[in-house]
Amino acid sequence: MRAPLADLPVVLANATVVAGAVTILDGVSLSLDAGTPTVLIGPNGAGKTTLLRAAMGLTPLTHGEITWGGRADAPPTRRAILFQRPVMLRRSAAANIDYALGMTNMPRAERIDELLALVGLEGLGRRPARRLSGGEQQRLALARALARDPAILFLDESTASLDPAATKAIEDIIRAVAARGVKVVMSTHDLGQARRLGGDIVLLHRGRLIEHGPAMDFFDNPRSDEARKFIAGELLV
Amino acid sequence: MTGETSALQLVLTGDPGLYAIVGLSLVVSLSAVLCAALIGVPFGALLALTRFPGRAGVIVVLNALMGLPPVVAGLAIYLLLSRSGPLGSWGLLFTPQAMIIAQTVLVAPIIAALTRQTVEDLWSEYRDELAALDVGPIGRVATLVWDARFSLVTALLAGFGRAAAEVGAIIIVGGNIDGFTRTMTTAIALETSKGDLPLAIGLGLVLITIIIVINALAWGARRAGERYAG
Ligand SMILES: Nc1ncnc2c1ncn2[C@@H]1O[C@H](COP(=O)(O)OP(=O)(O)OP(=O)(O)O)[C@@H](O)[C@H]1O
Ligand SMILES: [Mg+2]
Repeated sequence: MRAPLADLPVVLANATVVAGAVTILDGVSLSLDAGTPTVLIGPNGAGKTTLLRAAMGLTPLTHGEITWGGRADAPPTRRAILFQRPVMLRRSAAANIDYALGMTNMPRAERIDELLALVGLEGLGRRPARRLSGGEQQRLALARALARDPAILFLDESTASLDPAATKAIEDIIRAVAARGVKVVMSTHDLGQARRLGGDIVLLHRGRLIEHGPAMDFFDNPRSDEARKFIAGELLV
Repeated sequence: MTGETSALQLVLTGDPGLYAIVGLSLVVSLSAVLCAALIGVPFGALLALTRFPGRAGVIVVLNALMGLPPVVAGLAIYLLLSRSGPLGSWGLLFTPQAMIIAQTVLVAPIIAALTRQTVEDLWSEYRDELAALDVGPIGRVATLVWDARFSLVTALLAGFGRAAAEVGAIIIVGGNIDGFTRTMTTAIALETSKGDLPLAIGLGLVLITIIIVINALAWGARRAGERYAG
């Protein structure tokens, strides 16, 4: 993969998303810089998915601004997202990757095999993607996202429905991808995973950014009450 | 054809007149389905993916056109193609081409309406992924139509069923001319009114058999395709 810096940093300034009467994201200001993975945590409904979608450029803001590498209109060519519930195209596993490659200008056949192998699906390329198991589909969706050779990769609870072995496999891939210079921004409910992978941690609650800091500080010396409670496993209300 | 000859005998003896009728019926209906698909599939897909004022009205009218009475469609095409009509100079009235045009008018709304529904359902499923992959409008239509292709076969079959079964439109614009524009349905109508019931019944059986065979072929193709593509 090439040195991928064009889209970075992603800067959210007072990002606010309102749907009807609900404020889903409430004045979030945040800079996603090149380097180690940024991990979003927070209870259900905190706004993690909405933040990831906005940072991907999919959900328009009601107020505020997002810039990618300083530009508000940067084309999303080097961004990829793995949705919380990825949708497989009604094609073979290999064709799903090929489709994503087709949107770029990369040589195809070898790259497909390479990506399938990277996510541990070698040999399954010809299977209809929708007949793969949930975990296999999740890995295929990761391969498809990586096919875009992203500079920044958004992952939304990508291991939530996986067993420990599959989770470890995905985490290893995320580490490898991050080590190659891809900026990873991921949400998770797994605090262990946040510790293992996170360079910095963002805690969201009710659409607001509660705390943002390096992972070690966040877990060892949380500044906010909410963070202390959340780390201790108490309910945030 | 005499009243004493049954259609079974005609089929068994390879009666050229009968084969001409069956052949013309198939050519007209299949051509109409092809033309209607070329119009209806892109139109339906575009309608599924676009939002504009009055869209709901377009969808209601389109759905209503699925029930357009064939004689009304036939009359409209007749007026267009008749000597004094705007397209009279084409000289198409009472030709197989006129029959294809009339059936296209009947079938296109069915294919467009069913395509719109199918593509819209798939679009709600694919929307986020295609947006994330930054797929442009043309790519979206192509992807959705391609991935919905096995469901769209059902739309084509519904269109073919309508074309193969109708008599009102083609009898008006085709004229039921023996050896030139006579099809199975118009022949059945004629033979029945002449009182030649065995021939009419025989032709009816041939027609139904053909429709079943075509549906079976399409169903098999769909099954095989789905097994391969998921
Ligand atoms: N289009 C919408 N209209 C109204 N409310 C919405 C819309 N999209 C999201 N919401 C609400 O916004 C809140 C935040 O949603 P979001 O999906 O971002 O949360 P999340 O942190 O990802 O939650 P989870 O951990 O359950 O995935 C939720 O209460 C959700 O119901
Ligand atoms: Mg979510």
